[in-house]
Amino acid sequence: MVVNCEQVWQEISNYLEGDVEPNLRAAMDAHFQECKRCNAVLQGTQNVIQLFGDERMIDVPLGFEHRLHRRLEENIHPSRRRFLGWMVAATAAVLAAGSFEVARSSVSKRAEPRSEHAQSGAGVPPDMMVVVSEEGKLFHASGCPFIHDKAHLRSLIAREAIKEGYTPCARCMKKYLEADLNRAVDDLAG
Amino acid sequence: MGSGIGSARGTMPEAPTSPNYQLDEASEELLIRRVQDGEHEAFYELIRPYQRRVYAAAFAITRNDAEAEDVAQETMLRAFKKLRQFRAESRFSTWLIQIAVNEARMRNRRARMSMVEPIVEQQDAEGNYIPRDFADWREIPSETLERREIREKLAEALASLGEIYRDVFVLRDMQHMSIEETAKALGISTASVKTRLLRARLMLRDLLAPGFGGAWSTRLQFAKGTKPW
Repeated sequence: MVVNCEQVWQEISNYLEGDVEPNLRAAMDAHFQECKRCNAVLQGTQNVIQLFGDERMIDVPLGFEHRLHRRLEENIHPSRRRFLGWMVAATAAVLAAGSFEVARSSVSKRAEPRSEHAQSGAGVPPDMMVVVSEEGKLFHASGCPFIHDKAHLRSLIAREAIKEGYTPCARCMKKYLEADLNRAVDDLAG
Repeated sequence: MGSGIGSARGTMPEAPTSPNYQLDEASEELLIRRVQDGEHEAFYELIRPYQRRVYAAAFAITRNDAEAEDVAQETMLRAFKKLRQFRAESRFSTWLIQIAVNEARMRNRRARMSMVEPIVEQQDAEGNYIPRDFADWREIPSETLERREIREKLAEALASLGEIYRDVFVLRDMQHMSIEETAKALGISTASVKTRLLRARLMLRDLLAPGFGGAWSTRLQFAKGTKPW
């Protein structure tokens, strides 16, 4: 059995699936030995499958699992969620009041937060590298998918970003903000 | 094109989303029974190995970060609500991916309906596909996918395929579903899956071979707004 280039191209996918008759496979094998172009098509198609089949092709966004579980929690245990929401709101109110007192008594010169909805960046490690954009109000972990102006980013340490009035992104910095909140709750309880 | 595939994202500290987290079949069956019997907490453990795959399938079809995340969330919610109806006729992972694919495709359709532009490439092309480029592309260095620009090129190429080809390719070559599972998930025949898969693979090779065979410093043909087919 002999096959030409066009026949090889139409069967190359099945060939890679192991889904061709032994006679046809042998004929294609022989063809690949001789035909440089078909061999290039074969190698390239194998590479396509290998590359796209790699788990690294698609990364899940930062915080994906947390948000997924939160959504499930809201639907699976709505009453628990309401209680947690109430707890967070109450704690946030206490923290806001506390922050106001601290800010009032503070003598340090710090730029005003760029957003009136800003959260304190106190829980973020001060030497952590973060990125900001000139038009933005938040600082992010490098690679955070919620950065708006990706074309004009600069890196700096968190301490400097806070000094410049940037506040933490609630998504990529969530674990630090939550840790800060938990510490505050412990302090209040304790 | 969303930035999801090629974006330089932070590494998630959420180990369970790791592709390496696996459940054996018996553990999975047990978890399914526990959830079906009302132990809702077990659902989180049940879906952990598949969270990443569900997101990846949704992203490959919607090509939008936020939409894909919403599809993934909706998929898991639906799976939870319908778990009592799940029968072990198919794998749990296949069932999940199928829900995700249906949801993602429905959203794509909805988005298209709101657009004025005509829908193109919704039918199988007639005739055989002839490769257009014979650049020699032999080896892939193992670190290739670590490079963001390479992932972006791959994402661009995938996005440029017609939907009917992309969906088949995503399920078969990215989600590693069988030909039969792919056919079932998309509601088409296995023969159509094979035909579309061949075309998708060859088109992608045509798009990518010149870059991998030469240098990525030059823009690929499809990036100029012209598809080579």
